[in-house]
Amino acid sequence: MLKYISKRLLISIPVIIGITILSFIIMKLSPGDPLANFINPSIDMADLEKSRQALGLNDPLYVQYFKWIGQVAKGNFGYTYSGNHSISGLILERLPNTVILTLSAFVMSFVVGIPLGVIGAVKKNTRTDYGITLMSLVGVAIPSFFFGLLVIYVFALMLGIFPSGGMVNIRAGYTGFAYYTDILHHLVLPAVVLSLGNIASVSRFTRSNMLDILKEDYIRTAKAKGLRNKAVIYRHALRNALIPVVTIFGLSIPFLFSGAYITESIFNWPGMGQLGIRAIQDREYGIIMALNLITATLVLTGNLISDILYAIVDPRIRH
Amino acid sequence: MLIKKNSFYDYAYRRFRRNKLAVIGTFITLAFIVVALLAPILSPYEPSEFFFMEGQNLYNKYDTPSLQHLLGTDSLGRDVFSRLLYGARVTMMVALSAVSISTIIGTIIGLVTGYFGRFIDAFFMRIVDIVISFPVLFLLISISTIMDPSIWIVILAIGLVSWTSTARLVRGEVLRVKELDYIVAANACGSSSLKIIIKHILPNILAPIMVQVTIGTAQAILMEASLSFLGVGVQQPTPSWGNMLMDAQKLLVLRDMPWIWIPPGVVTLLLVLAIYFVGDGLRDAFDPKQ
Repeated sequence: MLKYISKRLLISIPVIIGITILSFIIMKLSPGDPLANFINPSIDMADLEKSRQALGLNDPLYVQYFKWIGQVAKGNFGYTYSGNHSISGLILERLPNTVILTLSAFVMSFVVGIPLGVIGAVKKNTRTDYGITLMSLVGVAIPSFFFGLLVIYVFALMLGIFPSGGMVNIRAGYTGFAYYTDILHHLVLPAVVLSLGNIASVSRFTRSNMLDILKEDYIRTAKAKGLRNKAVIYRHALRNALIPVVTIFGLSIPFLFSGAYITESIFNWPGMGQLGIRAIQDREYGIIMALNLITATLVLTGNLISDILYAIVDPRIRH
Repeated sequence: MLIKKNSFYDYAYRRFRRNKLAVIGTFITLAFIVVALLAPILSPYEPSEFFFMEGQNLYNKYDTPSLQHLLGTDSLGRDVFSRLLYGARVTMMVALSAVSISTIIGTIIGLVTGYFGRFIDAFFMRIVDIVISFPVLFLLISISTIMDPSIWIVILAIGLVSWTSTARLVRGEVLRVKELDYIVAANACGSSSLKIIIKHILPNILAPIMVQVTIGTAQAILMEASLSFLGVGVQQPTPSWGNMLMDAQKLLVLRDMPWIWIPPGVVTLLLVLAIYFVGDGLRDAFDPKQ
């Protein structure tokens, strides 16, 4: 086990280095001069050159890369072009909000997706199964922003059950318990929208695994022993069918973070995605790259954890 | 007929034809292709033509659907129906070109890594690991903000981020096929690696590649739509289904003018769904276990 984990960790080292190099290259390719804001008729070109030298912009690329990576390792992603805000500060401020949203969507996609998949497999080729299959196909095929807009249109604008955006009702000035229920109230629609695609893939994946397992000899043996159908399905089949679902844990993370970009901007959820969208509009490349790097690292960690989990629950993988 | 009788593809075709959803999906997809090709003939107006209020020098913005404008007009006084038809062209052109790029890159890398293995394999698989660590949308957004967004950049960006799944798939298939007796025999006869890859391996893994192309097209349509919706994809005045939905970010349009944003959303859903039906149908048809 330890050997497997250390091998897996070793493989991720070149990948993480590659991630930083790719981020750095994209950042360097972005147009615009970091000093462009300071250029005006009264400034001397020689002074500009001097500050360029001082900032290290004339260094060879690899030197710039190492300086940059040194700063990033310390958690310093530089400052925004306008307003000179610390980028890590901006991100840290919003990280918890994104985590709340993605975590709820994550939990929801498994809590809803797994039972749907099991029902589909157990009632194979019935109306229920076709209904679930069709619904999950629609869930994968619908553009998430369109689904988000539809949900706002129906539940917020027409029925008025949920707020159309934001995270808290600032005007109401809730405190304590009411404050948290207010956040929960705002969370429902975006979490549903964000989890839809994932619910669909989890249920499809669970269904096909479950179908494979139900064909196995030991299931027939269990039935032949005279066990009740429920016991066979839940005690023998489901446990084994859920093992590969662990792999979806890792795959869900990039999916949810990508989705958060769109969901947050539609619902005005004050998270990293919304920050990213604003950064695109304002051409704040520093923020975009920092977000890229952070999410890529999170995704890599997620994959690592799910691989290790997989090896723990299924000993065959280790060899 | 192109397909030889009683061949693998003949049986696959027969299985495909029995799958109702796949057949419906094929017809819907074909219908969309016809609409895209005939857009200039079918659409009543030019997609970027502005309309004025009757007898006034004001743009006819946000007009409700009528006989004159079947789906009303948008925020700039353009005919929504005509833009929808032309949007089909743009959407399909982008998706198909992007999928061609990703399929070519992915297939070549998959063939090479799967066949040669060792260092080449380890190297390219780490690159795949790096690319898939970035959430797709992040990479797409980064690429299309750095270069000025245009249709070509969108195509390139989608192609460059989505080759990884094709590469992994092809690699896996090559690993499976390469140990089969006929490949070993070809090797023993002294065939060159290139000849073995192209003449013996590639034709035998075409089926899963075709499935991947279908699913990839559907995903490319969704990626283009998201990018254009966020304003970093296909740019105005060129109509795409994604950028037609941009207006709905305004609460007023969202609440009171559903004719502007519901049609492009529904056609995107319909086309993507139809393509997924075809993809699922192909997968089942090619699967010998069925």
